[in-house]
Amino acid sequence: MAVIRDMMPVFELFQPASIDEALNLLDAHQGDVWVLGGGMDSFDWLKDRTKRVSTVVDLSQVGELRGIKEANGGLEIGAMTTLTEVVHHPAVQAKFRILAEAAEVVASPQIRNQATLGGNVSQDTRCWYYRSGWSCYRAGGNICYADTPTAINREHAILQQDRCVAVSPSDTAPALVALDAEFVIRSKGGERVVKAEDYFLGPQIDITHMTVLRPGELLTAIRIPATWANAQFYWEKVRDRNVWDFPLVNVASAMKLSGTTISDVRIAVGAVAARPLRLTAVEAATKGKPRTEETASAAGELAIQGATPLRYNAYKIPLMRNLVKRAIRGNAQATT
Amino acid sequence: MSTDPEKPTEQESDVTRREFLGTAGAALVVAAAVPGVAVEGQTARPAGTPSRPRTQIRLTVNGAQRRLEVDDHWTLAEMLRDHLRLTGTKLGCERGECGACTVILDGKTVYSCSYLAVWADGKSVTTVEGLAKNGALDPLQQAFVVHDAPQCGFCTSGQLMSAKALLSANPAPTVAEVHAALAGNLCRCSNYSRIAEAVVAAGAAGATRRTSGGGQ
Repeated sequence: MAVIRDMMPVFELFQPASIDEALNLLDAHQGDVWVLGGGMDSFDWLKDRTKRVSTVVDLSQVGELRGIKEANGGLEIGAMTTLTEVVHHPAVQAKFRILAEAAEVVASPQIRNQATLGGNVSQDTRCWYYRSGWSCYRAGGNICYADTPTAINREHAILQQDRCVAVSPSDTAPALVALDAEFVIRSKGGERVVKAEDYFLGPQIDITHMTVLRPGELLTAIRIPATWANAQFYWEKVRDRNVWDFPLVNVASAMKLSGTTISDVRIAVGAVAARPLRLTAVEAATKGKPRTEETASAAGELAIQGATPLRYNAYKIPLMRNLVKRAIRGNAQATT
Repeated sequence: MSTDPEKPTEQESDVTRREFLGTAGAALVVAAAVPGVAVEGQTARPAGTPSRPRTQIRLTVNGAQRRLEVDDHWTLAEMLRDHLRLTGTKLGCERGECGACTVILDGKTVYSCSYLAVWADGKSVTTVEGLAKNGALDPLQQAFVVHDAPQCGFCTSGQLMSAKALLSANPAPTVAEVHAALAGNLCRCSNYSRIAEAVVAAGAAGATRRTSGGGQ
C-alpha cells in the first residue's frame, strides 16, 4: 500500500509556555512523547511515518529557551535560538566566530531561519537506510544495511564503527566541542551539565540514541566559556553541494599561540563517526610544537590512525587527514 | 494593505483549475476539504468527522487579517494551499530541500512545507499572491518577466519570495548577495543567472526610483 509522505498524521499538540511546564508534560507522558523544536528533523520522520507519535510537546512558545546572553566573558545560548540568530549575534561574531561560521553553512537560508542550535546538535543521524524505516540496529533491529557488501555508504563512518556505521550530521557540534561548550540538561528532578563532547553517544554506548538525553529531559541551553574567546579559529566543511548538504567531513579547531608555538589547542571532526570526535591525541601531540607545515602534517597522519573504510567511503580518510592538517596549520598558510 | 479582510483572496464560487481537475479526473472532489476551515470562528466540522485536535489562530495573510481554525498537524503550506486556496505557493519536495514553498513570515523566509500552521499565530505571512498590488505586478515580478527569469515556472513563486525578502533587507544587492540569499531555492531548469539578473535589476531600478523620488 502506498504510504502518504506529504501530510503529517494527526497528533496531540501541547504548547507549554515555560520550561517547567514542558518538563511536567514530558514527565506525564514519559516514553511516549515527541519533543518538537524547529521541526527540521521532526517533520520528515512524521511525514514518512517512520516514527509514529501521538503526543507532541512543541517548545516554540517557551520564551526562556530563546536568545543569547553574555555571561562571565562567555555566552549562554538558549536551545531554541535559531541558527540565523547565532550567525548574526555580535558577541558570537566577535569572540567565537567559529560557531558563526559553522552555523552559517548549515543547510539553506530558510532552514537556518527556523532550525535551532539545540536541534542542530540533537538531530538524528541522516543514514538513509535508517531514515527510510529499515529495521536496522539503530532502529532496534539486528543488521546494519549500510555495512553490507552491496551497501551504498559513501557518507558513512570511518571511525568507531560498532555495528552501526551512521555519522553525526551536525555542523555546530564540532565547533562547540572545540570551544569547550557545556550543555545544560533539565528534567523535573533538576539540572545536569555535560561537556559538549560527552553529550554525544557512539553505538558502542547506545546504538539507538545519538545523545545522552533521557526521556523526561530537555536540552535547555548551551554555555560557551570565555576560555577560547578570540582564539585562532579554523572551520571547514566539505560537502557535495554548497547548500543543503550535510558534511562529508567537517573540522573545527581553536588554538592559542605563544609566538609561533601552539600553547593550547582543541580540535574536533564531524561526520566521520556517530559522534563528533574530539581529537585528544592530536591536541596532545601538537601542544608545545611550532605551528608549522610539519606539525600540521604529523597531526593529519595521527588523526586518521585506526580509520577503516567501508566500500564507498575510503575518500574520507585522506579528506579527514587534510582537513586536520589545515585546521592545525591555520588559514594563514592555507593554499587551497 | 488594501485587501478587504472579509473578502476571500480568490472568489470561493469560482471553479478553480484544481477543483476542475479533481472533479473531471476522479470521483473525489478535492474542494471538499475547503469547508473544513472555519473562518471568523465558525465551527464547520462536518458531523461524523473524527475529532482532530484544532487550534484557533489569528494571522495576517497578504495584508488581510484572518482568524482560522487549523488542524494542529497542518503545515503552513497545507493551510495556504488546501484551505485558503493560495496555490501560488508550490510544493516540490515536501522536505525543505527545494524551496518552491518559500513564503515570508514576519520578514524572514521559511519553507511552508516544513512549518506548522499553528506557528503562524500572531504572525504576518506573505505569499506570491501578496506581491502584486491593485492588479499591477510588483517591480520584482516585472523584472522576472523582462529578464526571462522563469522557464517552467514551478520554482518562480519561491524564488520571488526569497528575492523579495532580500530586497526588503538589502534594496540594491549585488549578484553575489542574490546568489547567497536565493541559495535555498532550486531551479531545475537551472536558470539561475537570469533569476539573479532579474533580482539585481529590480534592486537597481528600485534605487533609481528612490533617488528620483518616484515610485514606491
